[in-house]
Amino acid sequence: MLSVDPGSVPAAGVPASPPVFASAPLLRVEGLCRSFGGLLAVDDVSFSVMPGQIKAVIGPNGAGKTTVFNIISGILRPDSGRILFSDVPIAGLPPFRVGELGISRTFQNLSLFPNMTAIENVMVGCHCRTCCGVVASVLRLPRHYREERAIRDAAEKHLAAVGMADKAGVSVASLPFGQRRLVELARALATQPRLLLLDEPASGLNTRETGDLARIIRQVRDTGVTVLLVEHDMSLVMDVSDSILVLNYGKPVTEGPPAEIRNDPQVISVYLGGDFGSAAD
Amino acid sequence: MLSGVAFVATVVGLQLLTAATGRGYYLTQLTMAAYYTTVVMGLCLVMGYAGQISLGHGAFFAIGGYTSAYLTTLDLSGWAAKGVGLTLRKAGVLVARQDLYGGECLGVTPWLAFAAAVCLTAAVAFVIGYPALRLKGHYLAMATLGFGLIVYRLVLGTERLGGADGISSVPAWKILPGLDVCGRSVCRIQNYYVAFALAGLTLFMVLNLVNSRTGRALRSIHGGELAANAMGINTAQYKLKVFLISAVIAAVAGCLMTHYNGAIGPSESGAMKSVRYVALVAAGGMANVWGALVVGGALEFLSLRGCFGSADHAVFGLILILIVALVPEGPLRPLGRGVVRLFRAVTGRAGA
Amino acid sequence: MVGLSQVLQYIMSGVTVGSIYAIVAIGFNIIYGTTGIINFAQGEFVMLGGMIAVTLASFMPLPVAVAGAVLLVMLCSGALEIFIFRRLRRPSLLQMIIITIGLSIVIQEVALHIWDEKVRSLPYFTGNECSSVRLLGAGLSPQVFWVLGTVGVTVTVLHGFLRYTIIGKAMRACASNVSAAQLAGINVANMRTLAFMVSGALGALGGCVISPITMTQYDMGTSLAIKGFAAAILGGLGNHMAAVPAGLLVGLAESVSVYFLPAAYKDAMAFAILLLVLFVRPHGLFGAPEVGTSSREF
Repeated sequence: MLSVDPGSVPAAGVPASPPVFASAPLLRVEGLCRSFGGLLAVDDVSFSVMPGQIKAVIGPNGAGKTTVFNIISGILRPDSGRILFSDVPIAGLPPFRVGELGISRTFQNLSLFPNMTAIENVMVGCHCRTCCGVVASVLRLPRHYREERAIRDAAEKHLAAVGMADKAGVSVASLPFGQRRLVELARALATQPRLLLLDEPASGLNTRETGDLARIIRQVRDTGVTVLLVEHDMSLVMDVSDSILVLNYGKPVTEGPPAEIRNDPQVISVYLGGDFGSAAD
Repeated sequence: MLSGVAFVATVVGLQLLTAATGRGYYLTQLTMAAYYTTVVMGLCLVMGYAGQISLGHGAFFAIGGYTSAYLTTLDLSGWAAKGVGLTLRKAGVLVARQDLYGGECLGVTPWLAFAAAVCLTAAVAFVIGYPALRLKGHYLAMATLGFGLIVYRLVLGTERLGGADGISSVPAWKILPGLDVCGRSVCRIQNYYVAFALAGLTLFMVLNLVNSRTGRALRSIHGGELAANAMGINTAQYKLKVFLISAVIAAVAGCLMTHYNGAIGPSESGAMKSVRYVALVAAGGMANVWGALVVGGALEFLSLRGCFGSADHAVFGLILILIVALVPEGPLRPLGRGVVRLFRAVTGRAGA
Repeated sequence: MVGLSQVLQYIMSGVTVGSIYAIVAIGFNIIYGTTGIINFAQGEFVMLGGMIAVTLASFMPLPVAVAGAVLLVMLCSGALEIFIFRRLRRPSLLQMIIITIGLSIVIQEVALHIWDEKVRSLPYFTGNECSSVRLLGAGLSPQVFWVLGTVGVTVTVLHGFLRYTIIGKAMRACASNVSAAQLAGINVANMRTLAFMVSGALGALGGCVISPITMTQYDMGTSLAIKGFAAAILGGLGNHMAAVPAGLLVGLAESVSVYFLPAAYKDAMAFAILLLVLFVRPHGLFGAPEVGTSSREF
């Protein structure tokens, strides 16, 4: 069940949980809080993500998972707490800066650009890794042509990686939902992230599509991208993740490898409703 | 490339057509239509591509025109007789012209006035655009409309800018030896080409910009600002950039048209003018520079010829409502599809 | 030096025009609240109200003429909703803005053709242009009290309507959540038409009472709409009652500005206030942030 990043050497002894990595965490979240009006959506959440890991954040609806994502990606400001991305503090930075630093994301309800084709959507993802400005484009300098070709090649590669190469020229507005999810994933990958945030990537997908998605997520991880995902589909979570963080009412309940989480009575009570949730405080 | 050829051929063809039919006077309205259409194409970048509405582009046109009209019609002859003034005159910054009574006045050279107009417009666009573009939808629309009306009121209420009469007797702008931007009828043909050269240049620039990394960034802002930002695009900066570019395009057109007409009046900055530009972008099909050029040019020409009579404004209002409500993608694309379908039907039947 | 009476004069003239801005602002709020549309043609309702009343008053008694004008404008604005906005399928914000702007132009042009460019006005409701009421040494036209009274009564009635009647509550429900309102059995489309009608009637009434003081001209709508919008924003969009103090504030600022600036810049002053409010507090003086801007949080 437990898979450790092949690049890192496990410390001596048995691979206990949490897995021990040689390197420092890629993302460290410390004491994150955020409230909306009087509601504490995220209440003192701390966790870290190791490079090369696939980490899942689960919890019932309204547990604050998406809020955590929105804070990490700069869409919301935290009320307090620190976020370190390879030791750089990123809490409160605007989203585009976070994107430039190497964190990319997908959205729960999809946020593709409906006025563009699939490949154009992915090409937008290449934006922050390219540099041609207004002058170069207006004057059609050689730089412009060179870069456009590179962007198109990269976008084709990313589309192919999610198996959507044949839909490159199709307007995303006319694609079925499952394929739109894949285009969005390709767009996120085109920013060449070191950390990829996936917000409920399996919602709206059928079983076969979810299976494909698990394969793609693992492939992405194998290319060296760390993955943090929020997901309700337990089969996907248990299948791909190395470590799972459980949130309830904005608070972390427990954290551990899938095998442990699956049998954790607190987690079961969180999902089925019981007294354990309050006992965890 | 092909489209460039088509553009040049159409422009030359139109000119030859007017010459052949003895309707050379049409060129005057065509010239003015070209200047207005240039503004429309610039606005197309902001509205059609970046998805940000601006109801203040008439103001930028007016700022460009008024700056250059004001500076070139100054009379500095008293001041220019000595010291700095004399040096400036020698340097060509100040140029002499004849006033109404044949006396000599000294005004700023149109070149410098042009540069000043562009700089001032860019500065104003920055000051307005920086806070305004943080606003969305209705708020942005009202802010830009309010800005346009402020400029209108200021122009109308300022004695130095001629109040309701505007500024007239703006001198010709000698761009090249033998090439004057002015309203004399002997210069009509060359001015027609100057205006369409500007329109063509704008078309070229806007098309190049749209089909590039920057253009994709702009369209992504239209498609979803939040997602664009999360993909590493500094959306605020791009919106401001494109707003500045289109404001400067409007100012350049305003400046040239002021020299062409020899005058500018406050109505250029009125809300009606700004709304017209918006109407023409919508009529062209929003994210469609060619549409803006063709539909904008045609409608402006008809309007300037007085084809809509006293219902001129109403026609533009109706165009706005009808096109936006019925064919939001603009009339050209559905029309084109219809023609293609018709063509296929006809040839198909002929083949069968 | 300005005497007390002169200050009072400024204040009263500011309050008078300000109350019309408040009326326009409430008109914006009602339509925006129920439909999500900012109706740029809001100022045209005021103009139409004044114009129609002037025409009707030439052959019928004044109160009937005013009532007739209000009724006609109400029907017109209801018709606009039924024939235009109801037919749009999932319109974008940009489309809505453009359509209402187009409407405003068309209405203006129609008015120009019917009533030409002449400045018209209704007769004073009581007394004439010379009669004045002395108040603390300042001479005030009795019409000022008509304006203030009408605005006061209308706002109170409207407030009661929205808060206590079932239809008013239904309209507010559409404002806060369309699909939930639909599920609760509210006919959202009809509520929208109603919102347009109420808003049109309100504007027309304002146009009638203000006509003797500020006169009515075919192109008065645009600047009224902008100043009314300034008031609506200042009070917080969708906040009916706050629009009243906000409208008065805009009116006062405008009339006081005459004291410092050339009168020709009076309008520019009001627009500058709008920009300032939009840039600094787009959520209004009384509202909570997170409306209208995309500055830091999305």
